[in-house]
Amino acid sequence: MKKMVVVKMIMMVTVMVSEASMIEQTCKETPDFNLCVSLLDSDPRGSSADTSGLALILVDKIKGLATKTLKEINSLYKKRPELKQALDECSRRYKTILKADVPEAIEAISKGVPKFGEDGVIDAGVEAAVCEGEFKGKSPLTSLTKSMQKVSNVTRAIVRMLL
Amino acid sequence: MAISDALLPISARKEDPLLSDESRSDPNAETRRRKRPVKGFFAVSFGLLFIAFYVALIATHDGSRRSNDVKIEDDETATTSSPARLAGVSEKSNDQLWKLSGERNTVAFAWNNSVLSWQRTAFHFQPEQNWMNDPNGPLFYKGWYHFFYQYNPNAAVWGDIVWGHAVSKDLIHWVHLPIAMVADQWYDANGVWTGSATFLDDGSIVMLYTGSTDKSVQVQNLAYPEDLNDPLLLKWVKYSGNPVLVPPPGILPKDFRDPTTAWKTSDGKWRITIGSKINKTGISLVYDTTDFKTYEKHDTLLHKVPNTGMWECVDFYPVSKTAVNGLDTSVNGPDVKHIVKASMDDTRFDHYAVGTYFDSNGTWIPDDPTVDVGMSASLRYDYGKFYASKTFYDQNKGRRILWSWIGESDSEAADVQKGWSSLQGIPRTVVLDTKTGKNLVQWPVEEIESLRLNSKQFDIEVGPGSVVPVDVDSAAQLDIEAEFEIKKESLDKILGDASVVAEAEEFSCQKSGGSTVRGALGPFGFSVLADKSLSEQTPIYFYVAKGKDSKLKTFFCTDTSRSTFANDVVKPIYGSSVPVLKGEKLTMRILVDHSIVEGFAQGGRTCITSRVYPTKAIYGAAKLFVFNNAIDATVTASFKVWQMNSAFIHPYYEEAVRALSRT
Repeated sequence: MKKMVVVKMIMMVTVMVSEASMIEQTCKETPDFNLCVSLLDSDPRGSSADTSGLALILVDKIKGLATKTLKEINSLYKKRPELKQALDECSRRYKTILKADVPEAIEAISKGVPKFGEDGVIDAGVEAAVCEGEFKGKSPLTSLTKSMQKVSNVTRAIVRMLL
Repeated sequence: MAISDALLPISARKEDPLLSDESRSDPNAETRRRKRPVKGFFAVSFGLLFIAFYVALIATHDGSRRSNDVKIEDDETATTSSPARLAGVSEKSNDQLWKLSGERNTVAFAWNNSVLSWQRTAFHFQPEQNWMNDPNGPLFYKGWYHFFYQYNPNAAVWGDIVWGHAVSKDLIHWVHLPIAMVADQWYDANGVWTGSATFLDDGSIVMLYTGSTDKSVQVQNLAYPEDLNDPLLLKWVKYSGNPVLVPPPGILPKDFRDPTTAWKTSDGKWRITIGSKINKTGISLVYDTTDFKTYEKHDTLLHKVPNTGMWECVDFYPVSKTAVNGLDTSVNGPDVKHIVKASMDDTRFDHYAVGTYFDSNGTWIPDDPTVDVGMSASLRYDYGKFYASKTFYDQNKGRRILWSWIGESDSEAADVQKGWSSLQGIPRTVVLDTKTGKNLVQWPVEEIESLRLNSKQFDIEVGPGSVVPVDVDSAAQLDIEAEFEIKKESLDKILGDASVVAEAEEFSCQKSGGSTVRGALGPFGFSVLADKSLSEQTPIYFYVAKGKDSKLKTFFCTDTSRSTFANDVVKPIYGSSVPVLKGEKLTMRILVDHSIVEGFAQGGRTCITSRVYPTKAIYGAAKLFVFNNAIDATVTASFKVWQMNSAFIHPYYEEAVRALSRT
């Protein structure tokens, strides 16, 4: 019985090691290795995904981050009513990420025409940057928009591997 | 495969990294890091083993290639024949934008409906709304030019692709028709993608197109008109035996798309080619058929070029070495060269090369292998925004006509707000440049001249460092034909002046700073869609540079870097060198149509299409200027400017179609 457990654990470790290196190898080719690895490791699908699958996981992260940011934008209307105009523009931009960029990227990556996925992913970063710029240096959303830009860059690098 | 938390070393259990900095507000974060009791000796030791493996892997791995930064990278210098760069080569970048957003005085432009609605074109093909991309199956039949296109009926971004359809008598005045093909079969459930038409010997039409199956495999399908007596070809039937081609062994299921028009071989079969890739080598597969239903695949390829990536929208056609008319796709002979063109997935550039086709084995070799298809220095139809292009033989007027997808350079938020995305370029005739023999020459179809309204002729001398307003009333819909000449005295002086440094070898439109950088013999040209104060403008110009051999080299550029105040728009400088033969004056043609500008140098030897989105230089505020930014040289400009009418592209409605069908 003990021997079976030992063998099983050796196998699991071997598998764990080779699985980790697929994510690692992929993330090495992106602008932010640490962010890339942590995003993919934090998702249960990451360990068995191919490049396409990894890209889709990251698009999911973009979606999650956009949803979270929109929530934050909505909560700011009450707390910071003087920022209404900027918040309106941010809301528009982040809704674009959710309604246009993410679905486009998911469809394109799954169907094997990754260039449209690249466009969607780049655009997510652009929309975040535009939103950030609305506040003229005094943004309450900086860490969220900064995150989006970073995730967008990493995702784009992985999508380009599919071209 | 699920791995129990207990076996993971503590450090591998991560929190959501997107919450890992200051924005995290969860007070219970600390308690979320669970501390399961270690289950015995084995778990600990194998945990350590795991760490050891991990460390060993990192230590022995090749040094990580430092990230390819998202940069605008466009290598125009012709000194190297290296393949096009694969990494990071795309116009869009959010790095630049990010730097701007932190500055206090940068105000992001908030698009409003007035500014956005101005962007819609007056005489370029576009559907009433939503997204369009590749041109599909263009053809002429029973008095009508047909145009099909990749269309998303549901959104202003790519997706849910079907075949849009429109017809025209003259390639300019279009009527939108109902969707020709939808994704209603298992073999195209995930997309009715790009394809091409072939005329059979009996005059009937077959359409080959790529379907993305319900399992997202790329296959080729056959379709044909339901009723050949309907000149509008409204309805299409898909062959019951589809797909007719599936990815062959060695080709991945997502690397097999965009079949070409077929051509006749010398033993009477039909032959097609389909782009693909093997690892990073772009290739074009060859198939023969007699009935378009069953095919023989060649073991050899039409052609391949290493390091060019996936070849999309391959096009293959003959051009005459001597005559200026177009040729049917099946024509072959000693007076003919063949063009291989491909759209490079990696770079979004369309490249072509002139070469020789061997019908006996279905192969092709370029005349100049140093500028082979897809290499960074190889020829492009257009040095601006121009992709997925496709030609067809117009048997009506004996021309070969080129269509191309012109995408947007703005943000998707703006596209969603304005409700549409993408245009087609004005159809162009394509012929071999009989004077150089090495490149194609393109020109807007002559039918576009039917849109010309009033015109004004100008002949002016433009001194160094001057900008001259051109009085043409409205300036958003223009056709300009111009001839420039550097004054002989200026030219002689500069050529004779040893202190004027040779710069032709280093100069490129993209990297030499744009239209504000003043040289000895340029830049000079027009500034379109400019406001009165030139705070927004799009210069299109020649830059003549002295070479080390004292010969002159001419460049043709479009500088969109100051085309708009908006900062969520891509604003590149485009261009390339243009051959100018002895005795030729410098000629330029420009079509301005709201958010698209098409420039043609030396009769179409070098072409540049750009998308611009001014915020101020719109409606009545859009003006035209001619300028000469050379340091010392004077230039004479002789040009004609026409106001252009709208093409009044009709939305679809039943009565109109019924009326059309009766004519």
